[in-house]
Amino acid sequence: MKNQFSKSVMALLVSLLLPLAVLLLTLKVAAHKGTPDVVDVKLKAEHISSVDHSQFEILQQDFETPHDVTAACLSCHTGRDEEIMSTAHWKWEREEEIPGRGVVSVGKKNLLNNFCTGANGNNGSCMRCHIGLGWKDKSFDFADNRNIDCLVCHDQTDTYFKQKGQGGMPATAETANSAYQVPDYPYVAQNVGLPKKNNCGICHFYGGGGNNVKHGDLEEALLSCTKEVDVHMAMDGPDMACIDCHTTERHNIMGKLYSVSSANTNRIHCDQCHTTTPHNDKVLDNHFEKVACQTCHIPIYAKANATKLYWDWSSAGLTDEHGNGYSEDDADGNHNYLSIKGNFVWDDHVKPEYYWFNGTVDHYLSTDTISEVPVKINSLFGEYRDSTAKIWPVKVHRGKQIYDTENNTLISLKLWAAEKGEGAFWKDFDWDTAARLGMEYNDRPYSGNYDFIASEVYWPINHMVSPKEETLSCTECHSRDGRLAQLNDFYLPGRDYNKTVDYAGFGLIFMTLIGIVAHFFGRIVAYFKNR
Amino acid sequence: MEKVKIYSRFERFWHWTQMMLILLLIITGFEIHGTFEAFGFETSVRLHSAAGWAFLILTIFAIFWMLVTGQSRQFVPVRNNIKSQIMYYISGIFKKEPHPVKKTADSKLNPLQRIIYFGLIILVFPVQLITGFSYLFFHYPDKPFAFEGLEAIAVLHTLGAFLLVAFVLAHFYLITTGHTITSNLQAMITGYEELEEETETATN
Ligand code: HEM
Repeated sequence: MKNQFSKSVMALLVSLLLPLAVLLLTLKVAAHKGTPDVVDVKLKAEHISSVDHSQFEILQQDFETPHDVTAACLSCHTGRDEEIMSTAHWKWEREEEIPGRGVVSVGKKNLLNNFCTGANGNNGSCMRCHIGLGWKDKSFDFADNRNIDCLVCHDQTDTYFKQKGQGGMPATAETANSAYQVPDYPYVAQNVGLPKKNNCGICHFYGGGGNNVKHGDLEEALLSCTKEVDVHMAMDGPDMACIDCHTTERHNIMGKLYSVSSANTNRIHCDQCHTTTPHNDKVLDNHFEKVACQTCHIPIYAKANATKLYWDWSSAGLTDEHGNGYSEDDADGNHNYLSIKGNFVWDDHVKPEYYWFNGTVDHYLSTDTISEVPVKINSLFGEYRDSTAKIWPVKVHRGKQIYDTENNTLISLKLWAAEKGEGAFWKDFDWDTAARLGMEYNDRPYSGNYDFIASEVYWPINHMVSPKEETLSCTECHSRDGRLAQLNDFYLPGRDYNKTVDYAGFGLIFMTLIGIVAHFFGRIVAYFKNR
Repeated sequence: MEKVKIYSRFERFWHWTQMMLILLLIITGFEIHGTFEAFGFETSVRLHSAAGWAFLILTIFAIFWMLVTGQSRQFVPVRNNIKSQIMYYISGIFKKEPHPVKKTADSKLNPLQRIIYFGLIILVFPVQLITGFSYLFFHYPDKPFAFEGLEAIAVLHTLGAFLLVAFVLAHFYLITTGHTITSNLQAMITGYEELEEETETATN
């Protein structure tokens, strides 16, 4: 009896309790999750200036021109002019190596895109975002340090602006109007400091002719946003400024835009602050190898205002009965037609597209001919097998733009002019003249024959990082029709499977079940027969 | 009717722990595979890895035990009686014929079981463990050395998983074909089994 009892206890132990204990231990191990690193960085906003500029006599004069202000700055800040004049902010181009093509000098100055096609030749309007004073035409002197505009980046009073249509000059006594007054130079000069969000944003938010047109993840909402829009810049968060990540030494600002830069140098990486194993959790940290942080942490972009996703130039130029341009809006109040620009598609809360990207980029150079349709304005290098490539979220801006059907080249347009009759498309709506003048200014041949062609430009997404609660969940990618459905050069668990093995496997299971049922049925029949 | 001790304490512990782990591995594995939703993908991934480790440790203990006790010989396939065992499942069982091979403590597995279990131990388990741990550690092609991606490993792993599911289903059913419906189950729980009475002395 006692023997029987101890046998039962033993059976309970070895057949149930111990196996259960192992199972529970396994569950416990599986439940372990790391706690993410907390980042503690000193922000530039905490920087206290070591001088008070308002005390300097040289800044107390009645400046006639912004050039005089620059001269005053440089009289103390010696050598800074050389730093500035060697940056892409000044030159609008930089020497970079494109893998497979060698060293080229590329930048806003000479690249084409599928927004306004190109800046060069539309200086009055486009060069307003140059850090110089009045790059109105080819006569602008890049060697004259008095042409540097110190104030546009260092103004802290929010009263210094470059005037529209003046190629980067603020209003002067002659050009001032109700929108743009002559700046109060002593006031501005005595209140300079490190660039704030809006110093950068005044240009970088409005590329392409309006807020958030180009980037999709960089727009004026970032000036005062919530964590939902951007955890870094949020007012209810650390309220970081651009220069907190885009750290700067000797006016060389870290980070550069992928659509105008080729080499994988001087880039900013999240791990500057967050380390390469920020989650303290193996499963998640492993992804760092192949997935950019941005991919999971920026599930959508254009979270406040819409961005342009499609731009069809071919419909531009329609006028009303008086020969004037007009505009139409979509349901959200964004233009979907402008006579000067054509048709657009805008969207907000956009899901990115995903591509392999190793940090190097190819560009359609102004000397290139078209080799594929859609024309790739830029292309991101990278593939699964490239050990330096990761999966990146990308805004793709698609469009239809004018090209030379004989030379097979994208056309640089003359879009802007101060007055009618100068041949600018935005004033005169004449494609042929605008194409001829634009190409002429850029020293490129134009045959006189044009049509419109589809094109794409790729903008990797970096800003508008979401709170961690909104991070992509696993099955956004690890599922049959997830976000990575198009990225097919590798095996992704949860998405991919071998068809043959799956059919064979489920077939085997099915046959086994049939066999079991049939056999069981046979036994029941036999049981009753044999009774 | 005699009650014979068939399964030692370790064997029973091993069996039931293995059952739990393999069921867990199958459920979480096929959730990862995209076949159904169970615990949620992330939880399944974590459970699957933990269960994989537990399964590895258990297997190491089992191998150790088998070698030390010499019980590994139980799993070596034999030539004799394969056909009669097949005939038993196809016809004999329906005619209330006795099992063709007597189950004893020294020979717990019938010839077909020996073949299947031998296959599991020598082929399916190692393949699952090796591909599973490769899957876990070498999911990217460049580190530390180049596999041509994950695909071959993952597909093999999935194939092994299907075989295991089929085995588990068949196994669930076949344990009801002992002397009585539950005698096999009882044996694996208590260690003792009521074996068929000897009608004549075994011939081999
Ligand atoms: C005995 C049983 C096992 C079964 C039935 C099983 C089943 C599966 C299945 C069906 C998948 C999905 C495969 C795919 O769709 O690509 C999978 C994935 C995986 N298995 Fe197993 N597996 C077993 C053992 C193991 C072991 C021992 C390990 C080792 C740790 C392991 C590690 C993995 C890993 C790492 C994955 C990929 C998903 C992830 O990262 O979690 N498995 N398993």
